[in-house]
Amino acid sequence: MADNPKEYQIQPGDFAPLDKQAGPDNEHIAAPSLTFGQDVWRRLKSNKTAFTSFIILVLLFLMAFGGRAIYHQNPNEQAPRYANLPPKIPGVNLPGFNGHIKQSGQDVDAYAQAGAGKDVHYILGTDYLGRDLLARIMYGTRISLEIALIATLIDLGIGVTFGIISGWKGGRVDLFMQRIIEILSSVPSLVVMVLMATAFQKTGMASIIAALALINWTTMARLTRAQTLQLKNQDFILAARTLGESAPKIAWKHLLPNLSSVIIIQTMFTIPNAIFFEAFLSYIGIGISSPQASLGTLINDGQKNFQFLPYQMWYPAIVLIILMLAFNLLGDGMRDAFDPKSKR
Amino acid sequence: MRKYLLKRIFYLILTLFIVATATFFLMKLMPGTPLQNEAKLTPSEKAAILAQYGLDKPVWMQYFIYIGGIFKGSLGLSFQFSDQAVSYLIGSRMGPSMQLGGQAMVIGVVFGIILGAVGAIRKDTWADRIATIISILGIAVPSFVLAILLQFYLGLKTGWFPVAGWQGFLYTILPTLALAASPLAETARFIRTDMVDVLSSDYIELARAKGLSKFGIVYHHALRNSLIPMVTLIGPLAAALMTGSMVVENIFSVPGIGEQFVKSILVNDYPTIMGVTIFYSALLCVLLLLTDIIYGIIDPRIRLSGNGD
Repeated sequence: MADNPKEYQIQPGDFAPLDKQAGPDNEHIAAPSLTFGQDVWRRLKSNKTAFTSFIILVLLFLMAFGGRAIYHQNPNEQAPRYANLPPKIPGVNLPGFNGHIKQSGQDVDAYAQAGAGKDVHYILGTDYLGRDLLARIMYGTRISLEIALIATLIDLGIGVTFGIISGWKGGRVDLFMQRIIEILSSVPSLVVMVLMATAFQKTGMASIIAALALINWTTMARLTRAQTLQLKNQDFILAARTLGESAPKIAWKHLLPNLSSVIIIQTMFTIPNAIFFEAFLSYIGIGISSPQASLGTLINDGQKNFQFLPYQMWYPAIVLIILMLAFNLLGDGMRDAFDPKSKR
Repeated sequence: MRKYLLKRIFYLILTLFIVATATFFLMKLMPGTPLQNEAKLTPSEKAAILAQYGLDKPVWMQYFIYIGGIFKGSLGLSFQFSDQAVSYLIGSRMGPSMQLGGQAMVIGVVFGIILGAVGAIRKDTWADRIATIISILGIAVPSFVLAILLQFYLGLKTGWFPVAGWQGFLYTILPTLALAASPLAETARFIRTDMVDVLSSDYIELARAKGLSKFGIVYHHALRNSLIPMVTLIGPLAAALMTGSMVVENIFSVPGIGEQFVKSILVNDYPTIMGVTIFYSALLCVLLLLTDIIYGIIDPRIRLSGNGD
């Protein structure tokens, strides 16, 4: 039989099953399979700047929203006797934190001067009404963050809905909606906000949120529209349509998940923008009014005494700057994490 | 091209019309009249003052008078400075604002380009890191904080520059620096991103292969191509300068439009708020239109067409 290969016949009995455990498994996936979210998180963690920013933001949020649980001072409690006291941390004898202040060239213990007892100390000093500056900064940060976050959430809602409808419908609807965006975005945003803030005069948070929400959504709408235009011609959308899925359901189930990275990245840049404009409006005096306070009003208050008590402006300003820095850097990191192709 | 231009100009006018209408009715919703010491005035005096501002007519008539006035270049009378036309107020304050804005734009863009280019060429070195830190700080530090710091440390404490006022070139330096920070940061970030892309493209490889010097490559090939998309930054930068000028002019008491705008807001001088709003919008619209035209001219790949998008 072996002499003539042509006559070789394969019998089922010639085959023996291999031991599965013995040989190397080519199909084995060594790394655990990651979801999109896990993948993004992994990339974000490896970006040191972005991850540090993330940690800083978490700390700032904890300070703003949970700080009062640890630090019990009332941000609105006035103690005129202790007005304008410099920072003092008990046991720390560093210039700037020992309660001493320069008065006409001489180093004076401001706490002794004010007749404060040994147990009186303000970690970041007090303002011109004797309010605890640290408590006020925590409170102001909370208000600033609340305004920025709510405004951004509204932006997100309007912008994404507008963008998806505009991109999905196409044709005349799209043209009309694009014109609206074009008109809105050729008005300086500052002007819109000033108008809104003046229009709702002194109603505090609500007017600022409305003003911020009204102007910031156009960028989001543009981005979502552009993405929707690309996505809507892809096969999986076509399949969903063929199966008779309704448009809102396609938008919710198929478009939104694919838009999420664009939306999240844009959100990360909208928030600092909102924080900045809120501080700006409060600074020029048409934003948050007392007894409420935001970082902008704190800076405005502190600026009046800047020459003699620079800490009153420095501390809120530093918090504002750190907040803006952290959001911007995290935003950059997120962009790289979500879209590794655009490595910059 | 002509069709495109006509269309754009039509939209420009439409935009301004909508802005004017919206502003007008928003302002009408608000309380407050030009009357000072209202209680002391007799009814006939009140009527006379209201008539002077045209407030005795029904609202729809006031609206048509206002819109009609805009076409004639009139923006009504200021409440704050009685008898002063808003258009005159804006005109007389335009000089300082334009000078500051122009200087800040030039300084910001020039240094921003240098900073961005250095960052891109020396990518991932300490030079790049410093350039990045400066540009990210320029975005994170609000102009009003920077202005106060500059005023105190470079003005009051060292006495190098005048603290506030408007009496010559020396007085413009600090406000210009405060205003220039944000355009500088934006430009630097933009140029760096763009140049990193350009520097890795094939024609730069070719230039390098030909043996061109590093400077030659950057100056003749990379920078020129990176500058084209810069044109699109003009609009956003101008808007940022308008925002900045409001606080910076106030802090340094520069007699400009921004300072007047903030004052008008605080004293509810509605005609002036409306006038400045329309002026700012018109300025930005014209700048955006010019940007698009310039972009079309210097980059032939962008085609200006009259139809949709």
